[in-house]
Order: sequence, then C-alpha cells, then structure tokens
Amino acid sequence: MSDRDMTLSPEERLLLTASPHLKSPDSTPKIMWNVVGSLVPIVLVAVYYFGPSAILVMAAAILGALAVEYLFGPKRSLWDGSAAITGILLGLCLPAGFPLWMAFLGGAFGIGFGKLVFGGLGQNPFNPALVGRAFLQAAFPTAITTWPRPDLAWSAWRGPNFSFPLLTGEAPDGITLRTGEVADGITEATPLGAWKFDGELTETFGLVIGNTGGSLGETAGLLILLCGGYLAVRRYLNWRIPVGIFATVFVFSEILYLINGEAFPPPFFMLFSGGLMLGAMYMATDMVTSPVTNLGSWIFAVGIGLIVVLVRVWGGLPEGVMYAILIMNAFVPFIDRATQPKVFGHIPPEEKAEEATA
Amino acid sequence: MWDKLSFSHGVHPPEHKDRSSGVPIRRMPFPEEIVLPLRQHAGKPARLLVKVGDRVERGDKVAEADGFVSVPIHSSAAGEVVGIGWWPHPDGSMAEAVRIKVEKFSPQIPRPRVIPRWEGLDPQGVVAAVQKGGVVGLGGAAFPTHVKLLPPKDTPIEVLLINGAECEPFLTTDHRTMVEYPDRVWFGVRIMMKALDVSRAVVGIEKNKPDAIEILEKAKPGDLNAKVIGLTVKYPQGAEKMLIKAVTGREVPSGKLPMHVGAVVQNVGTIACIAEIFETGLPLIERVVTVTGPGVNKPGNLIVPVGAKIKDLLKFCGGIKDNVTEVLSGGPMMGAAQPDLDAPATKGVTGIVVLTDKESRPRTVYPCISCGHCLDACPMFLNPSLMGKLSQTAQYQEMTERANLWDCMLCGACSYVCPSNIPLSQMFGMAKYQLGRIRRKEDAA
Repeated sequence: MSDRDMTLSPEERLLLTASPHLKSPDSTPKIMWNVVGSLVPIVLVAVYYFGPSAILVMAAAILGALAVEYLFGPKRSLWDGSAAITGILLGLCLPAGFPLWMAFLGGAFGIGFGKLVFGGLGQNPFNPALVGRAFLQAAFPTAITTWPRPDLAWSAWRGPNFSFPLLTGEAPDGITLRTGEVADGITEATPLGAWKFDGELTETFGLVIGNTGGSLGETAGLLILLCGGYLAVRRYLNWRIPVGIFATVFVFSEILYLINGEAFPPPFFMLFSGGLMLGAMYMATDMVTSPVTNLGSWIFAVGIGLIVVLVRVWGGLPEGVMYAILIMNAFVPFIDRATQPKVFGHIPPEEKAEEATA
Repeated sequence: MWDKLSFSHGVHPPEHKDRSSGVPIRRMPFPEEIVLPLRQHAGKPARLLVKVGDRVERGDKVAEADGFVSVPIHSSAAGEVVGIGWWPHPDGSMAEAVRIKVEKFSPQIPRPRVIPRWEGLDPQGVVAAVQKGGVVGLGGAAFPTHVKLLPPKDTPIEVLLINGAECEPFLTTDHRTMVEYPDRVWFGVRIMMKALDVSRAVVGIEKNKPDAIEILEKAKPGDLNAKVIGLTVKYPQGAEKMLIKAVTGREVPSGKLPMHVGAVVQNVGTIACIAEIFETGLPLIERVVTVTGPGVNKPGNLIVPVGAKIKDLLKFCGGIKDNVTEVLSGGPMMGAAQPDLDAPATKGVTGIVVLTDKESRPRTVYPCISCGHCLDACPMFLNPSLMGKLSQTAQYQEMTERANLWDCMLCGACSYVCPSNIPLSQMFGMAKYQLGRIRRKEDAA
C-alpha cells in the first residue's frame, strides 16, 4: 500500500476529535449549579421568615430527591446538579411546619416518578419538583395547605414537623399535633386564600418583600425577580417565559379588574401573590420541560398565564400556578412541533406558488 | 441597519488572532520532500501524468484536470518523483499522492510563463487560464474557482463579493494578505470583474481587522466600482450564504447557489492568488498558511510550497510544545484534527492550529436538556436539538425530511454552544455521510 515510514512518532499522542475544537465555557452542570446558587438568597430569606422549620423542610425535600437520584439515577448524575434543584424548588413551595417525612417523600417521588422513570435528565415531560408537589397535594391536601404565621418564626416550632411516621411530637405551646391537624392559633391564610375565601387584600409592600403567609420560598416576590433576573442575564433561563407569563397575568387580570374591581383582585396582587413568581421564574423555565423554540416559549408562557388566572378566579382552589405549569408542560411537544424555525433560504409555500405563477 | 451588515444567529468564539495577526508573511524554505495528493479540490480528483523516476521542474504539471469540476496539480518544487501511492491527507483521510524529492541545490527557477498575460484575454480566456493555473478557493473548501466564473446564461450576476471575513478563530492568512498585498487584491478584483462581466464589487471584512479595511480602502483604484465594508464580528460570517445575506440582504434559496441571487463570492486569498498567477505566469504552487496556536513556539504566516508536510511547517515555526494535544488543518471550528503530521499542506489548507491540553480536553457528554441554545446559534435556522435526537437513533432519512439536514453546512456553531457537550455537527456530518453511502449503494444496485 504505502511505502512510507510507519515507525512510531510523537504523533502517537495526538488526540483526534471532531470539529469544532473550541467550546463555549457553558456546561450543563454549570447551568444547574448556577440555578442552585441563585436560589440561595431565596432559601436564606425563607429561613429568615419561617425559622428553623424552613431549614428542616427544605433539607428533607432535598434529601429525598438526592437519595433517589443517587440510588436509581445514572452513574454520577448527582453531580450535574439537577436533582438538587428539584429538591430545593420542592422545598421552597412547601409550607413551614410541613411534616418532614412527607417532604422527603415528595422529593423522592418527584425525582423517581417525575424524572427517572422517563429516562433521567432531559427526558422528563413534567417538571419533577411540581410532580412531587402535585403528589403531595393529592396525598396530603390538609398538610400542604396549612400555613403557619410568619411572625412566630423563631419563637415556636411551626406545626407538626416531626409528626408520624417519624414520631408524634408535641409543639412547645402544648398543642398535640398530628398530620394535618393544626390549631387555629398558629396558622394564617395565604394572601390568595384570604382574598378567595374572605375577600381580604394583603397590602402590597408585604407581598413584595415576602412578609406574608405562604409557602417557604414563594413569598418574597422581589427577591425571586432579582435572582431569576440574574439567570436570565446569564442566559441560563429563557427570559421570554417569565415575561410572557407576567404580561399575560397582568393583562388578563387588569381586564377583569376593570370590568369589576369589586369581584376581581387588582393585577399587581395577582402577580405578587401565591407561587406565581417562583413558578414563572424557576419552574416554568425548566429547560427540559419548556419549549425549545423562542416562539414556542411565548405560546407556553401565555398558556400558563391564562390558566393561572382562570384557576385563581374561577377555580375551586386559591392557587393554580402548579397546575398551569404542569398542563402546559404536557403541550410542549406539540408546541415545539408547531413552532419549528423557518429555515434559512426556504421559501414559504405561498410565495413559491406566486413564483410559479409569475 | 445592523442586520444589513450581518446575518441572524451565529456565535462569538474567542478570536485568538493576536498571536499571528501582526506577524508579516514569511517565505518558508523548500522542504526535503513534497507530497501532492491528486485530490486537493472539491470535485473529481486530478488525473496522474507522471511516473516514479520522472524529473519535474517547479511549476510542471503532475496531474491533469479530469473533467469540468476539476483542476490540474503542479509541482511546487523541482525534483524527482520518488513515489506514488496512498498518503495521509489533511482532511483526515488517505488519498493517492505523488511524492517528489526536492532537488537540494536546485535554484528552483520555474519554467517561463505558463499562464498568459491577462490584457489580451477575453472573459472565456481568463476563465480558461484560471483553470489552467489550478486555482481553487483558498478559503478552505477548495472549490475549483473557474466553475464559479461560468454562470449559466440565464442567471445574471450583479455583484462580485470578496470574502475577507475570516471568521474562523486563530487564522490570519486573509488578514495578512489584505494588509501586505492590497494592490494585488484590487488587481484580482479587476480581473474577476472582467471575467464575470459585473459592474460592482464589494469586499466584506469583519470589523476586527480595521487595518485591513483601512489599507484596502486607501489602495483602491479610483476607476473601480468597488467598496470595502466592515462586517459584524460573528461566526460564521465568512460562510458564503451568510456573507451574501450580510451584504445584500438576500437569502440564497435552499439547494441553490449564490449565483441564483445574482452574486459570486470569492475568498480574498483566491482573488490575490488569481492576480498572482497572471502577474508571474506561474500556476498555483504556493499559498499563505497561518501556523498558530498556543502549542506552537513561533506562530506566523508562511508562504508555503503546496505539498509541504505539516511537520516541516511546524519545524520552521520553532517546533511544538510538549503539552500539545491536537494539530488541526484549518481553523478550530471546521478544521480536521491530524492523526499524522506527514500530511501535506494542500491548496485548501488555510492554517495549522496547534492546541494544547489547556484548550482541548476530553469532555463529558450530558443528556440534551432542550435549552435551545443551538437553535439560537444555528445560522441556517435549523433545529440541531431535534436533529441530534433523530441522529442518536440513526433516523437519517427523518433528519432530511423533518429537520432539513441538507441545509446544514457543518459550521459547528451548535456544538460550540451546547452545554451538554453533544457533538452535534459531528453527528450531522456522520448522517450526511451515511445517507451518501446509502445513495451510492442504491445507485450501484
């Protein structure tokens, strides 16, 4: 064949990789750990508002998520950070005082049945944190809608953190607490619940800084905006999704408010109450379960915004962010298929017809 | 306004051009041996004219154009044919090649003019001379230049675009050519405009080469209807379709050629090469190659005899460092990693980029997380995410039907941005190759 010298040379150590040989510094673990990092301030504020109980609930949810990812996930998949995000997000949308074993179970269910059964990272159709939360909401409807008062943060244990099956605890103030059974004295309705069932509007300032009842990480609207904004600037989340959701919720509820200011809440209240901020910034923008095209992202966002307002205003539940996102998650494959980009140099069919007749 | 000077999407890899952009072009001495693959251009390989033992002068034909989309190959040095056989090719494959032992003490004086003077030639004559000179696109694709100069009668050409974008990181051959030989560039433009019978020429240069823009502008002959424009610095600005979009705003239809939107694109190095062959009367036997990268000791821009081995180029540039991991022919975005430094620098080799373990390291591939960054990067507006998923299950036919695989030009922008390190453009190249194999099999059956 060839008569050239085939003796070994320093070239033996040359790598052979396909082009391109340069790579942008972004990587999937880097994105995931950045999301985790951006959640840290929200976690700290949750601890500030809700006390040691917040740490316990979030830790239980994270532990559940990590344990299942470690046991059943692909090798070393713990280090890509995605299971940690699921655990933190789930923890953030649980109330303080939530039984720890339930939080653990929620995290485990979210990762196991929300993600790993589909094949792990990148394959799941639904946001695993929300799958975990939906499971908890279905299994323990009372516990998950029992929100302790934020002003008792550091002075008292918040509800039945250590309830069965771990143990039946006695709260410091002497009230025996079992699962889902909480004395009136230490609970408080969330702003959405107060509006829905009692017709009360929470003051704006409290909503923005988070000094209200609610799930651990959902109350501090302004902080969530800032942390999510950091990710959007780094291009670790698609800004079109939160912007689309906020715009839709604002416009829809503004229309309703203009029609009947008595029956419907003002748009600003809609934006900053409940889990909308956290959901729009961190859960709807989950890359895996949101559309891959930009046009699709807009459609996805508008759909979420519409469902949120519909559920909140006319639904039986005070809050609809979780269901809105899960429902739109289900539409993502269709949205993606319908919003394929227009390929460079491809003439749309109508112009082609014109060309043919011309 | 901004989109007039660029295209949509694309990526911004670090430029890495400082190493060699200020180093003047130097002539490399003749190596001991040159290797001339018969396939140095897109199209049909050239037909062999010599046999072992033959003596050739510098500029002598060693292989003849085989058909229309083919060009002859000339010896870049005087010497003796010592072997004909398979040899590593800088695209990473093997190819049939002529090896010529360079005569040590030869003055390397070429035979007198083989390319006629251009003054007396009509457009057909110019085109014929370009083919005779073995000229191919020097931007990397090595498409025979004369083919581009013969558009069918019913497609009028309005504008000649000269591609000085040089969007590949590291490479500076076009940059140095424009800075050092502006008059030659304009002379080439004049010849091309005559051959194509066009009235307008535009030189597009990325704005990261302000000196080239200034010098070309200053050297422009007053009677030439040409202008120099600065383009947004973005990869792949130098892709033919992207350049046309940036300068004229037109999109070349899928599966069509630039001439269908009234444009012909020539790389600025090719233009200078055409000017040179008419000036000197010698065919294309040498070209400018950038030898650069963190792994090479003395980066620079060399005039290289076509067929000089990569290792001789590296030796002339001070050798390579100990921590070298990859040697590329071409730029880092589309160039091929070399398994063997005996491969020659052919007509299509724009540069030799030497990377070290700091730049190239094994990367873990993660699952696709549908982040959509590849869609935002793809200059052709394809969906690399979908194509990648289809190709993982070898659904090559679906890739063409549902995802327009054939519009992909393998620029590598998607692989560059992919946070999961999925080798997308490699997968698409593989899919194209497999489809080609299936087609050939069907044709044969």
